[in-house]
Amino acid sequence: MAELAVDKHVKYILSVEKNKDSFESVVMDHLRMNGAYWGLTALDLLGKLDSVNVDEVISWILKCQHESGGFSGNIGHDPHILYTLSAVQVLALFNKLDVLDIDKLDITGLQNEDGSFSGDMWGEVDTRFSYIAICCLSILCCLNKINVEKAVSYILSCKNLDGGFGCTPGGESHAGQIFCCVGALALTGSLHYVDKDLLGWWLCERQVKSGGLNGRPEKLPDVCYSWWVLSSLIMIDRVHWIDKEKLVKFILDCQDVENGGISDRPDDAVDVYHTYFGVAGLSLLNYPGLKAIDPAYALPVDVVNRIFFSG
Amino acid sequence: MHGRPRKTPKPEEEAASVAKAQKLRALQTQFFSFHHNKIFVAESMKRSEQDELKYTEDMIYKNFSNYSAWHNRSVLLSALFEKKAEGFLSKEKVLPEEYEFIHQAIFTDPDDQSGWFYHLWLLDQTVTTDSPLLASSWPGHGYDVLLVEDRCYNGSAFSPFTALHSDSGSFPIVLYFNQPVGGVSSSTVTVECGFNKNEDLLWKPLSASNSQTARVWVAHLKIPSSDLHSTVEVSVGHSKGIISTRGFEYSHPSMFSFKVHVQPMERDFSQVSVAESISLREENFKIYGAQSEESIINSFNQLSIENGHESTASNWRSEALAKEIECFRELLSLMDCKIGKLTLARLLMAYDVMSYPFANKLVHSEEVLELYSDMMKLDPTHYQYYKDEHSMVLLQKVTSSKESLLQHCFQYKDSVSSAICGPICLRLNNLSLSRMGAFEKLLWVQMLDLSDNELQSIEGLEAMQLLSCLSLRNNKLRSLTALEPLRKLKLLRVLDISYNQIGDHSIDTTRYLCSSPLSHSVGSESTKDETVTRDVALIDNWEAFYIFKDFNLNQLDIVGNTIADEKFKSVLVKIMPKLKQLDGKLLG
Repeated sequence: MAELAVDKHVKYILSVEKNKDSFESVVMDHLRMNGAYWGLTALDLLGKLDSVNVDEVISWILKCQHESGGFSGNIGHDPHILYTLSAVQVLALFNKLDVLDIDKLDITGLQNEDGSFSGDMWGEVDTRFSYIAICCLSILCCLNKINVEKAVSYILSCKNLDGGFGCTPGGESHAGQIFCCVGALALTGSLHYVDKDLLGWWLCERQVKSGGLNGRPEKLPDVCYSWWVLSSLIMIDRVHWIDKEKLVKFILDCQDVENGGISDRPDDAVDVYHTYFGVAGLSLLNYPGLKAIDPAYALPVDVVNRIFFSG
Repeated sequence: MHGRPRKTPKPEEEAASVAKAQKLRALQTQFFSFHHNKIFVAESMKRSEQDELKYTEDMIYKNFSNYSAWHNRSVLLSALFEKKAEGFLSKEKVLPEEYEFIHQAIFTDPDDQSGWFYHLWLLDQTVTTDSPLLASSWPGHGYDVLLVEDRCYNGSAFSPFTALHSDSGSFPIVLYFNQPVGGVSSSTVTVECGFNKNEDLLWKPLSASNSQTARVWVAHLKIPSSDLHSTVEVSVGHSKGIISTRGFEYSHPSMFSFKVHVQPMERDFSQVSVAESISLREENFKIYGAQSEESIINSFNQLSIENGHESTASNWRSEALAKEIECFRELLSLMDCKIGKLTLARLLMAYDVMSYPFANKLVHSEEVLELYSDMMKLDPTHYQYYKDEHSMVLLQKVTSSKESLLQHCFQYKDSVSSAICGPICLRLNNLSLSRMGAFEKLLWVQMLDLSDNELQSIEGLEAMQLLSCLSLRNNKLRSLTALEPLRKLKLLRVLDISYNQIGDHSIDTTRYLCSSPLSHSVGSESTKDETVTRDVALIDNWEAFYIFKDFNLNQLDIVGNTIADEKFKSVLVKIMPKLKQLDGKLLG
C-alpha cells in the first residue's frame, strides 16, 4: 500500500499559503480564514506547525475581526460565524486564546428564541451554526453564555427517522450535518439523545465498495466524508462497524504523490480542504506518525486537553 | 458536492454511473417540468400533508432510488400519525400499504439503499408500542430477598439468586422499561413498606450522563434495622407523569411485591472476609446444582408483571410481521442479498419477541444467528456490525430459557475459605461476544464472568446494579473511558480488566460517552477541590481520575494493558485510597 507522503503534503500546504496569485488562492480569497484553519491544523497533525510564523498569522487574524466582534474570511470581507470558529480554532492551535476579547464576541446574540442559531446578521438558520456557536464558546470556556438546553432541543428537533440530522426540522440527513449535530450534542454531554445503533448503521453504510465514504445513500465517495462520517462514528463508539483498512487505502489513493495534497477522489485535482480532511481522517484511523485529533472539537487532542485539563 | 476538474474516472465506477445516469435521464425529461409545476402549486396553494404524501408517491414511482422522497414520506407520515389526521388514525390500516409500496423499491433493486432505512422505520413503527412498558425489575415479583450486611453468608436457607450482600446500609430497586422514559419519581412510583417512607425515595435515571431520561431507573431502600421480615409493594404508573422520550404516557399501571429478610452481621465472618481475595478462575467454580432450580424459576418470574393488555391488541402487528417474513423469504429464494438477510433477521427477532413476550421463547434464534454469520461473509466491510448483532442475539438465546441459562450458572467456591459458599456466578466467558446485551434478564446477577471474549464496549452494563464482582479479563476494551457504565455500579468491589488493549490506541472512541469537562457533564468545581489532584497531573491522567474516583473497589486487576505501568498504578492507588489489592498484590 502507498504511504502518506508527509513531506510533500507539508510543502503543498505551505505553497498554497505563499502563492497568492494561484487560481486556488483567488477563488478561496473570501474564505481564507477557513483555509488557514484547514492548512494549519493539517500541519500540526503532520507535526510541522513550527514551520509557520506565528506572529504573522495572529496579527492577520486580528485584522479580520470586526467592530461587531465577529470575524470575516479575509481582511475587508463581511463577518460570519463560520470564520469566527476558524479564527478561534487557529488561536487555540497556537495557544494564543488570550489575545481575544471574549466579551466582544457576540455569539449569544445569534441565538434565536427557539434555540437555533443564525450565521450572521442576515439570519440564515442551520444546525451547522448551532455546532459552531457551541464549539466556539466551549473552547473559550464560556458555554454558559447561551441557553444550552434550548440549543440542544432545537438540534433534537432536526433528528430524522433514519437516526440522522438535517439542517432544519424535517431536513434530510446528510453526513456533514450529522457531524455538526452529533458534535454539538457531544460537547454538551447530550449524546444519550442519539439513537447510536440506528445512526451507526446509517453511517457505516456510507462506506462504498472502493472503501471511501459518501455523505448520503447512493452518492459518490469523497475524502471529506472521512472526517464527517468517521468523527461521528467515533463520537458514538461505532467506528468498528466500517472497514478501516479499506478507508485508509482510499484516502492514500487520493494523494498527489508528486506535488503533494489530497483530492476528493482518486485522480482529481487536490486542494487544501481535502488535504486537511484526508490527514484528519487518517489521524482518526490511528495512522502511524500523525498526532491524534479530537472528533468533536476538530483540533489536535493535545490542544483540547491543554484547554480543559491544565492549570 | 464539489464540481471540479477530473482526470480519469475508474472504469467500474464510470460504468455504474453511466447506467444510473441513463436511467435517470429517461425519467428526468418526463418530470422535470412536472416537478417545477408542483413546486409552483405548493408555494401558491399551501398543499395539505395528504397532498404532499401523494406527491412523494408520484416521485417514488418515477424513480425508486430517491432517498429524499422516502425521507419526506417518513416525515409526512409521522406528522399525520401524530395529528391523528383522517385516514391516519390507526397504523393498522396505513402500515400494510406502506410495506407493499416499499417492497416495490427494495425488490426492484435490493442493493439500492434508498428504501432500506424507510423499511427499518416501518418495522420500528410496527413493533414499538406507543406507550412505554415495564420490561423487568429487581427484585422481581414474588422474590424473597435475603439481605446480609457482610459478604459471607450462607445462601442455602433462601434462594441464592436473591441473597444480597450490602455494606452500604441500603439495597436497590431497579425498574427496566422497554424504552427510555422520564418522570420516574416518588409520585409516579409508590413503594410501600414498613421501613422506608415512599416520599424519601430518590429515583435516579441510569444513563451514561447527566440526563433526566433512561431505560433503567434505580432507588435505594435503607435496610431495616429492627424489622427483620417485611413485604415491599411497588406500584408503577398509577398516577400520571412517566413519559417516554417519544412523548407517550406510561398507561399500563403495574404492581409487584417481594419480601425482605435481614440477616444481621456476624462478627466472626466479617474478619475473615477483609483479607480474602476473589479469583474467578476455573478451579473456583462448580456447576450450579440442580437442587436449587426453583430459585432460577424465581428469576424468570420477574418478567411476569401483569402485562396481559398488549398481547390481544397487537394481533395486526404480528400479522404484519409474519407477512413481511414471508415476503423476504421469497426475495432470498430468488437472490442472495445482504439487505434481504439483514431484514429477515430483524423481522424474525421482532416476531419472536412480540409473539412470546413473557414466555421467553425464541423459536427463530438459530436461524437468525446463521443469517448473521452469512452476512459476515457476504459483506465483510461491515463484519463487526453483524458480529455485534450476532452477540446480542446469542445473549438473548442464552437467557431465554431456564435450561440454557443454568448451563452458565456456577457456584463460586473461594479457595481461601472453602467452607463458605459464595453466590452464583454467571459465566458468559469464551463465547466470542463482541457486545453485551440482554440486560433486562440479568438484573439479578452479582458475579459476572465475561472473560475471554472480544468485548470492545460494555454499554448498558450500568443496568446490572447488583454486580459486586466482574471479570472482563482478556477482552478488547481500548480505553479507560469505556468503563464509564461501571461508575454507576455502587456495589462493585472486585474488577478484573487485565489483558485488554487499554492504552494501545491514540483515538478514544468513548471520549465523549464519559462524563468529563470536555462535554461539560461534570462541573469544574469537582476537580478543583479534590485533594487527589494535587498529587496527580490531571492532564496526563484525566480519564483515570474521572472514571475511578467514584469507584469503591477492593480489588483491581489491570495487568496486561499498555497503560498499566508502575507509574500509572501509583496514580490509581492515589485516586482509590480504599483499594486493598492491585494485580494480586496487597496494598499496605
